[in-house]
Amino acid sequence: MMNFSSRPTEEPAVHAQDLTVVRGPRTVLRGLGFTVPRGQVTGLLGPSGCGKSTLMRAVVGTQAKVSGTLDVLGHPAGHPTLRTRVGYVTQAPSVYDDLTVRQNLDYFAAILDPGRAAADRRREDVTRAIADVDLTTHTDALAGNLSGGQRNRVSLAVALLGTPELLVLDEPTVGLDPVLRRDLWQLFHTLAAERDTTLLISSHVMDEAERCHRLLLMRDGEILADDTPDALRTRTGSETVEAAFLHLVDRAAAQARTKETTR
Amino acid sequence: MSTPAPARALSAARTTATAARVLRQLRHDPRTVGLMILIPCLMLFLLRYVFDGSARTFDSIGASLLGIFPLITMFLVTSIATLRERTSGTLERLLAMPLGKGDLIAGYALAFGALAIVQSALATGLAVWFLGLDVTGSPWLLLLVALLDALLGTALGLFVSAFAASEFQAVQFMPAVIFPQLLLCGLFTSREAMHPVLETLSDVLPMSYAVDGMNEVLKHTDMTTAFVRDTLIVAACALLVLTLGAATLKRRTA
Ligand SMILES: Nc1ncnc2c1ncn2[C@@H]1O[C@H](COP(=O)(O)OP(=O)(O)OP(=O)(O)O)[C@@H](O)[C@H]1O
Ligand SMILES: [Mg+2]
Repeated sequence: MMNFSSRPTEEPAVHAQDLTVVRGPRTVLRGLGFTVPRGQVTGLLGPSGCGKSTLMRAVVGTQAKVSGTLDVLGHPAGHPTLRTRVGYVTQAPSVYDDLTVRQNLDYFAAILDPGRAAADRRREDVTRAIADVDLTTHTDALAGNLSGGQRNRVSLAVALLGTPELLVLDEPTVGLDPVLRRDLWQLFHTLAAERDTTLLISSHVMDEAERCHRLLLMRDGEILADDTPDALRTRTGSETVEAAFLHLVDRAAAQARTKETTR
Repeated sequence: MSTPAPARALSAARTTATAARVLRQLRHDPRTVGLMILIPCLMLFLLRYVFDGSARTFDSIGASLLGIFPLITMFLVTSIATLRERTSGTLERLLAMPLGKGDLIAGYALAFGALAIVQSALATGLAVWFLGLDVTGSPWLLLLVALLDALLGTALGLFVSAFAASEFQAVQFMPAVIFPQLLLCGLFTSREAMHPVLETLSDVLPMSYAVDGMNEVLKHTDMTTAFVRDTLIVAACALLVLTLGAATLKRRTA
């Protein structure tokens, strides 16, 4: 692996400008601008329904009705060459319930890296991905017979196949116990540090925000802050990211109110 | 680092991987496979003794049913399977990966085609050798038509699954798409005896040609031009509907 982080002028993994998404009758994302730096863990936080999943779907290119600029790894989002370079975990686990853990991963690995010649490489890759999410003891269990958190992890393992450069993870730690959550966050940081992977991870658990290199705080289709956790705390004079977030939300609400009254 | 193969319109490796995956899913569901394979045999058996006194009627209806069973079963199985793929999020995931839409569709067609061969071989074998179905032509031709019918069923199922939001809606497409064709395909009365409007309608429905093709094999020793025309029409319809089905798979959804 090359070490990309030694190149300071490197373009960001994701760059958005004036990003707008319409879903049904609603404008869900309204003119967002942000960047996700390479080789770091960026957290995407905000209350339920604020548009986190929509933003992630736009980044991986599965969201329709996206306007504005959205560049991912130097290409427009959804570009065919990105399909092997971006790993994506949907919020609800998307695996085949009537296949075993290994069979699920075997299939997705064959899509990413097809052909008989790659069979050995695939087998190693699958075994490693299963170990990464700590499911080695359940390799031959049907996905449908796993617990909710275990199925989540199968879904995560699929995204770890083929060493993607950008991992987009939609609430990957929901429903997991503290030990497993700590282990997974350790894995995320290892991926960033050792494989130079860029991670964009959504969550609404604020203590997870403290573990990110950078944070995007969202509220109601807009980005309230795009900063490091430290800078956020200092800027708002808060003890925790949670307090900083609440502070920013209150300020945004107050601004909206004054705008309305002065009109 | 490896350089993975880029996504092309159709990749043999990805298609066979998809077909193998679909078959593996079915292997974990032996009851469905058992029902798919046994029910046509059971119905033929039943039919044989319903028409115990008139062997000619059994010949004609039996041969038609050999064409209709694969169409109906594959329609049902495919529409539910692809609907599940859409609702479980696996389709979204696959289309975010370097999988061509053609790979997915060809994979499904391949897997269900293989199943249809087993189903039709058993049903045809039972009808011809044990129930005394009197075919003048080669049973292999019966099998060929049955396979094309299965492909048509797969194609139709895939296509309608795009318009179903739930399993409830998907099974309702069966009476909507299949029953009219069943009534008009010439199974109950010959198509020439229908009201002219219905006759014209039956001329544009693919199942009519599936049944006509079966009856050609029943009555003639060798491949007639009518048989060739019928099979070509069924194959062309299947391809057309498969293409339409591919168009309903969208990488970007609302
Ligand atoms: N398929 C859809 N059609 C129309 N509107 C949708 C659709 N999916 C989501 N929305 C709307 O888009 C908005 C943002 O949804 P999104 O799923 O991005 O939120 P989220 O931040 O991921 O929420 P959560 O934390 O609960 O997952 C919501 O108001 C929701 O009602
Ligand atoms: Mg969400």
